[in-house]
Amino acid sequence: MVDLLTPAEALAKVQPGDTVMVGGFGLVGAPLTLIAALLDASDAGDLTVISNNLGEPGRGLGKLLPTRRVRKAVGSYFTSNREVVEAHLRGEIEVELLPQGTLAEAIRAGGAGIGGFYVRTGAGTLLAEGKEQREIDGLQYLFQLPLKADVALIRAAKADRAGNLVYARTARNFNPDMATAARTVIAEVDEIVEVGQLDPNEIATPHLFVDALVRSEGAKP
Amino acid sequence: MSASVSTVIAQRVARHIEDGEIVNLGIGIPTLVADHLPDGVDVVLQTENGMLGVGPTPAEADVDPNLVNAGKLPVSELAGASYFSSSASFGMIRGGHVDVAILGALQLDGKGRIANWSIPGKPILGVGGAMDLLVGARRVIVATTHVAKDGTPKIVQEASFPLTADRPVDLIVTEHATFAVGDDGLTLIDVAEGSSIEWIEQNTGARFDLAPQLSQEAVR
Repeated sequence: MVDLLTPAEALAKVQPGDTVMVGGFGLVGAPLTLIAALLDASDAGDLTVISNNLGEPGRGLGKLLPTRRVRKAVGSYFTSNREVVEAHLRGEIEVELLPQGTLAEAIRAGGAGIGGFYVRTGAGTLLAEGKEQREIDGLQYLFQLPLKADVALIRAAKADRAGNLVYARTARNFNPDMATAARTVIAEVDEIVEVGQLDPNEIATPHLFVDALVRSEGAKP
Repeated sequence: MSASVSTVIAQRVARHIEDGEIVNLGIGIPTLVADHLPDGVDVVLQTENGMLGVGPTPAEADVDPNLVNAGKLPVSELAGASYFSSSASFGMIRGGHVDVAILGALQLDGKGRIANWSIPGKPILGVGGAMDLLVGARRVIVATTHVAKDGTPKIVQEASFPLTADRPVDLIVTEHATFAVGDDGLTLIDVAEGSSIEWIEQNTGARFDLAPQLSQEAVR
């Protein structure tokens, strides 16, 4: 059986200086109960957050911004939260911008034992600056290292007590990739059933990736 | 930009979509294209946040907060739809499995390359999936107003905005004109009803050729 924790117990696993992956595309599929607990139950700072966005102003991961506990954000689209832009201009947060597909694949690689990969995306653009390049079949490719984390905070619809996960529609997004790429994986779920009650055909994340379950408290964004 | 201009652009783009194609729609005007497909043209919409088989905007009572498109707007699920992870979604896109990407643009250069992700002098903090679609989609169609809000041409010989990819797009569609992009640059292939080659020449900052049928009209 996988650990069944309260949000506060789960977030005690986040240490100062940690790299934390957070699932979701904007607020959809974001673990809002775990994000609220990161704010209230943990005072770990100097964090690197890997997530597609940093929420919206004052919503989701955006709530972390005023606490100054995020040293660096790695993601693809921070302009949806103008507070990130402002904090970056004030020098309060470092940003590493990756094309969304490169971000997703780097996380997948991190979880799959791949030491990096060459990708066409971004070749010939400002995002190619400083990157190792290689010509393959007459086209320029950029080298991308994998991404890994100390802790992943992810969101699923349902789990069984073993930690097998089922996702809801487009709330899946980065969650199954992140489930593979962190040392400790904490999944926020709406419903927990007994082992055997999930159809094995619908399980998208097998339990070996999941370290702890937290029941969603339906936290507001 | 008035709603009617967006509609005109979406209608003009929709003529270039073929029945059965897998299509990814960018945010803004491209989103409207799905509503203007000609009769007999059915497409399958892919959205980069992990869905194939995107359906139209649902009635308010049917909105599912876990069912959105890449613009984070509520959508519905068509028969035959499927969901997948972000890495699988971009594998589809980069791997050449999406037939058409329809994207908006801030600028286009004389080679048909697009700039749509960053404005000079502003911090570079957002790119999303635009670069992936540009390198991976089999065809890329740009749906854009012909000129920027200040009236200056969006299609220029040399882009002053950072490019989104080194690959040129295939087709540029505005409310006035349609340009095909080839190895030698841009060719005007269609002039919208109510517009003229003269207007397009005055409001386009890049050199372009006229398609044979248009050069005959210009002589007349």
